[in-house]
Amino acid sequence: MTDTPISPAPVRMSDAAIRRRMLSEFWFYFRQNRGAVIGLVVFVLLVLTAIFAPVLAPYSPTAQNRGALLVPPFWQEGGSTAYLLGTDAVGRDMLSRLIFGSQYSLFIGIVVVSIALVGGIAIGLVAGFFGGWVDSVIMRVMDVILAFPSLLLALVLVAVLGPGLTNAMIAIAIVYQPHFARLTRAAVMSELKREYVTAARVAGAGNFRLMFKTILPNCLAPLIVQATLSFSSAVLDSAALGFLGMGAQPPSPEWGTMLAEAREFILRAWWVVTFPGLAILTSVLAINMMGDGLRDALDPKLKRS
Amino acid sequence: MVRLILSKLLYLVPTFLGITIIAFSFVRILPGDPVLLMAGERGVTPERHAELSAQLGYDKSVVLQYFDFLWRLLQGDLGHSLVTKKPVMDEFLALFPATVELGLCAILLATLIGVPVGVLAAIKRGSWFDQVSMTTALVGFSMPIFWWGLLLIIFFSGILGWTPVSGRISLMYYFPDVTGFMLIDSLLSGQSGAFTSAVRHLILPSVVLATIPLAVIARQTRSAMLEVMGEDYVRTARAKGMPSRRVIGVHALRNAMIPVITTIGLQVGVLMAGAILTETIFSWPGIGKWMIDSIARRDYPVVQSGLLLVAALVMIVNLLVDLTYGLINPRIRNK
Repeated sequence: MTDTPISPAPVRMSDAAIRRRMLSEFWFYFRQNRGAVIGLVVFVLLVLTAIFAPVLAPYSPTAQNRGALLVPPFWQEGGSTAYLLGTDAVGRDMLSRLIFGSQYSLFIGIVVVSIALVGGIAIGLVAGFFGGWVDSVIMRVMDVILAFPSLLLALVLVAVLGPGLTNAMIAIAIVYQPHFARLTRAAVMSELKREYVTAARVAGAGNFRLMFKTILPNCLAPLIVQATLSFSSAVLDSAALGFLGMGAQPPSPEWGTMLAEAREFILRAWWVVTFPGLAILTSVLAINMMGDGLRDALDPKLKRS
Repeated sequence: MVRLILSKLLYLVPTFLGITIIAFSFVRILPGDPVLLMAGERGVTPERHAELSAQLGYDKSVVLQYFDFLWRLLQGDLGHSLVTKKPVMDEFLALFPATVELGLCAILLATLIGVPVGVLAAIKRGSWFDQVSMTTALVGFSMPIFWWGLLLIIFFSGILGWTPVSGRISLMYYFPDVTGFMLIDSLLSGQSGAFTSAVRHLILPSVVLATIPLAVIARQTRSAMLEVMGEDYVRTARAKGMPSRRVIGVHALRNAMIPVITTIGLQVGVLMAGAILTETIFSWPGIGKWMIDSIARRDYPVVQSGLLLVAALVMIVNLLVDLTYGLINPRIRNK
């Protein structure tokens, strides 16, 4: 892209070579955004923390030590190095709970985005590909879902399904899914007019093949960006649901749920409130920074040429 | 313009019907007997059950029930709360001004800070101001506001003792509800200190609720300004020697404001979601807290109608934004 000399004759490249070249081009643009690289590093650390939580955490996230209630972090008077970030109201180690909490956030993000992405892509493909009344009906339904503030709709869905992590994830995924459907539809409709689609159709490709094999791969860029943004929103919204008592239930060390339990101690023990929120903010921020970089690298309209 | 309004209104009808269908089906997909859930009774005799069922209209077919629901809705009848026994509409109207007051203050704060910051960041692209403000905006955009609210309470109420922890006004003051807006009512009451108390109660919740919209508006303003400033007419204006202030203030800003106004309008949904959290943290007696409390108390008639009202509200505001867009941009108006 940058320093390849212009070759006089067209070069025929293998698929693998093209892919490698696209990847290096992507990395070139992604790297330009310093924030994105920092976000990526933090995100990788978060993933590693989640994977190695049982090794990293000094205690079990639910083990209660009745002899050490509300112990402050080690640098503060009364703190001890046995509990680096202090303990909560029933003597559980904050650090261990935070470490295990990362598993929840990542898991929630992955599940929500997967459901919303798969559902949204399928719906959007059908709407964009077939058009006409199918499209109208589907898009009106999506409009209805989008008319509700997402957190409110998720809350009401959880009220229907019953509080809990699984239901919270389903509710959030349902609420996010129209964004993917709309993006897919728009992308499909613009791709549908291109020659390569007509060529594939003339060559005898069936609808299914046209949708998934021919068109979809060319619509992925905006979907990837949206997926990243939804990932961070999912972490944020599920924490909000946990905070409102509708998400993961105590004693699970989900960060939002931890905050809900800590609320009554806000004026007595700052650490039980500060750290879970800081963990949420850090992960959401890292993912958003990454998302900004992805958008810069993937969206050709914004590419600085 | 009239045709634009009419076509937009027509477009909204199916969406509105969809909203009513969701609110209508909500009660029917709840686990449990909808008759008992909506009547708020338990362990009733079969006779009482039949009576309640007839009273609520559940003995008719689902389609008839839906049209009943729609008909009562059009007459403003949204049912009664199980807990307070008052009409849901009355409760909504009593609490609504509190949420509007909070929401307006928040969006005002977000716009008054966000737009100038965005413009300045665009003009001084790449400067330290640009970098610091856009990093801050990204942090604000990623903020779990329920935690942010708690932090502000710890700092400003706990440590500094500057602001109250909850409510809309100090209990010392009592005056009649005239408009429902505490800032106006406290002024009208003429009691010294009442207005200041209302303002002090409003500061932290407004800041918390404004956080995400502020970040979004600042980012959007910056990118809209950057885009406009690269346009030919801006270059032409500069080339013919127009002073920089006029180029930015008149040519660039006006055009950049169109997407920004849309963004501000779209924040209404964000504000409603944020109000649920903000009002819970600050015990602010508005719609958000009302919804959360009703869900927790299983006051299903309130949840059903509240959901409907909030969605309708968001829809109407979005329509107004759409129309404003037409007012500002003649290209859309005359299409």
